[in-house]
Amino acid sequence: MLSRVADSVYWTSRYIERAENVARFVDVNIQLLLDAPEGQDQQWEPLVAITGDHEEFARRYGAAAESSVIEFLTFDQENPNSILSCVRAARENARSVREIISSEMWLQLNRFYLMLNAAARQPGGLDRREGFYDEVKQASHLFSGVTDATMTHSEAWHFSRLGRMVERADKTSRILDVKYFLLLRSAEEVGTAFDGVQWIAVLRSASAFEMYRQRHGRITPRGVVEFLTLDREFPRAIQFCLMAARDSLHAISGTPMGTFRHAPEKLLGQLCSDLSFTDVDEVVQHGLHEYLDELQTKLNQVGQGIAETFFAFRTPEPGKKPIPAALQ
Amino acid sequence: MNFASYEVDEFYDEMLMEPMAARPCAHHLMQSIQTLPPGEFERRQAAAEQALMQMGITFNVYGEEAGVEKIFPFDIVPRIVSAAEWGRLERGLKQRIEALNLFINDVYHEQRILKDGVVPREIVLTAKSYRRQVVGWNPPHGIWCHITGTDLVRHRDGQFYVLEDNLRCPSGVSYVLQNRQVMKSLFPKVFTASKVRPVDNYPLKLRDMLEFVAPAHAPKPHVVLLTPGSYNSAYFEHSFLAQQMGVELVEGRDLVVEDGQVLMRTTKGFERVDVIYRRIDDDFLDPKCFRADSFLGVPGLMEACQAGNVALANAPGSGVADDKVVYAYVPRIVKYYLGEEILVPNVPTHICAEEAGLRYALEHLEELVVKAANESGGYGMLVGPHSTKAQRAEFAEKIKADPRNYIAQPTLALSRVPTICAGRLEGRHVDLRPYILYGKEIFVLPGGLTRVALKKGSLVVNSSQGGGSKDTWVLADSEAVEREGLDGHAVPLSRGGRS
Repeated sequence: MLSRVADSVYWTSRYIERAENVARFVDVNIQLLLDAPEGQDQQWEPLVAITGDHEEFARRYGAAAESSVIEFLTFDQENPNSILSCVRAARENARSVREIISSEMWLQLNRFYLMLNAAARQPGGLDRREGFYDEVKQASHLFSGVTDATMTHSEAWHFSRLGRMVERADKTSRILDVKYFLLLRSAEEVGTAFDGVQWIAVLRSASAFEMYRQRHGRITPRGVVEFLTLDREFPRAIQFCLMAARDSLHAISGTPMGTFRHAPEKLLGQLCSDLSFTDVDEVVQHGLHEYLDELQTKLNQVGQGIAETFFAFRTPEPGKKPIPAALQ
Repeated sequence: MNFASYEVDEFYDEMLMEPMAARPCAHHLMQSIQTLPPGEFERRQAAAEQALMQMGITFNVYGEEAGVEKIFPFDIVPRIVSAAEWGRLERGLKQRIEALNLFINDVYHEQRILKDGVVPREIVLTAKSYRRQVVGWNPPHGIWCHITGTDLVRHRDGQFYVLEDNLRCPSGVSYVLQNRQVMKSLFPKVFTASKVRPVDNYPLKLRDMLEFVAPAHAPKPHVVLLTPGSYNSAYFEHSFLAQQMGVELVEGRDLVVEDGQVLMRTTKGFERVDVIYRRIDDDFLDPKCFRADSFLGVPGLMEACQAGNVALANAPGSGVADDKVVYAYVPRIVKYYLGEEILVPNVPTHICAEEAGLRYALEHLEELVVKAANESGGYGMLVGPHSTKAQRAEFAEKIKADPRNYIAQPTLALSRVPTICAGRLEGRHVDLRPYILYGKEIFVLPGGLTRVALKKGSLVVNSSQGGGSKDTWVLADSEAVEREGLDGHAVPLSRGGRS
């Protein structure tokens, strides 16, 4: 398939996944505040930290308060990682590959965008819009469901899944990183009822609460880290996401599993093996923050490798014969 | 909704012969509209608009807040063409395209028609769309104008006239297909009863044609659609057609010419391309051959095309036949090559390059529409009845200075179709653009884009100036019913992934 098209399909699903995750952070924080003890500081700053845009935020809004953080993360058109910006970028990407994706995918993406636009214009803001972040999550789920159900699971679909899984792994690691840091900092609260609530919130931001309970029962920091990092079967766990990304990468290039043909395959393969042969105690011993930081750096390298290998603008080598056109 | 207060006025109405009396072809439709419960017709209009919005068939509105997009206005009252009328139009369009194709081929080869003095040599050779670069070149099968959208209008006398030939990159066919899709879901029963001929096979016909004109070396040709990119106003159409044909949509930057071959950049390396349906004008096609400042095209593309390694549709240089002055000679062109009288006439046209035409035009500016040859989209035009004395004087000077560049035509009273305006039906002026494909044979799509001027009294149907569109229903005669299997079931357009 065309390099430009692969690029757009990949980024369409990455942006949608990003929008969904931002909705998750914001929503859980709102829910959390409802349970916060009297006098507890409102924690809005960490939300901006998760998306990595805290400098940009501080420059434009100053101190983090509920309304400014929500605006920044939801509708701010100048913030490229706001929900609205992500969905718009996804739609612009999809618009340039409409002949590749199914009409149903386009229809859903377009509805998603129109819904956000209407919400952004609504007087009274989100106070008037009960369940807004649920709508965003639903719209994103619908998009990936429609993608899986209506698009041929060939090269383009694999690029789409690759984008979604790389993004999801990155966001789960960020949620865990920021929350863990904050939760451990407030040491005096460890073991209190509020501490438990906080951990439940972390799980909820990854839609992982019920699934965690089935797997581990009691909520412990160690259990949460294990579940969100190393679980091979929970679809938002980092390990699960990276394995799925690796499968798609191999499906695209046709390289047998366990071997590699280019840089991103090598890196992703190494990452997956690392995770497979790590237990949670090693992670905690190593320092969770350090561990996740390294993981994010490697994920970025995978992303760059994918771009260089598949999307970059190249010129033909003289004398080299073109490959025959794919069967149509 | 009813027709009780509907006025036919002094125009040809496509639906009614006189107040409350439908034409035979529109009888069933009119009855259906009148028997709908109150408010139902308006509700369906709103549903149609919502469906188009959700399909994303929108264009950006300049100068408004980012994110504001509008649909190309659509009116759900269709325009109906009877089977007999369509038969005449179809024969006329085939005749016209056949003759124009022979004309293009001739002017780039022996130039017999110029030598015989039927069309003045300087008019053809000075046309902006005449491309010296393709002189002597033979496109596959001798076909130049693969895709044409001919603009027709119906005058007060009930006769169809050709207003313009669009032989370069005619657009709008995607609206024909999408409008039909929406109408079928809104009025399934009326479709059943009216025997409307389908348009859904256009993408198949288009792809067949493109494969037919492929270079001989490619038994299974690789076809692509070349677009200027997603910021082009017709981008929606490009991606829609590529999707419906199941071919790749490429931009100039996706292609590269190496050793006279056109190659496409893919995730697995470079793939060869055999046929390009290009939606980029000649000027921007190849910076090495035409405009050097074009970023949209592919350097070396013309070389590959002339070497016979890739086929372009439409062929570069075809535009010479839709020059507005050349247009005036089409009746003579038809006669010259085919020995036939023209079946669907031109609008009577005064050629300013000819002395009699020039004199007439200058004496009757107040009642004529004057057009410059090398302009389009309503630019360089004088509409006599709506002009001031100063404007006419200014135009007279322009014409005298460069008569070759001008033609003049009477102002036509375009026919009207009932249209929903502020909750009631009023007559609005329309034109009609059928689409013609020239491959193994000449195919005329039974339907076309009916554009409607939504402003009261306006004759301007362009979307940039308050125009909208309607579905065009070409009715089947008994023969077509059998041939196309019109058993009354609306067959949904196949959609979705590539095959």
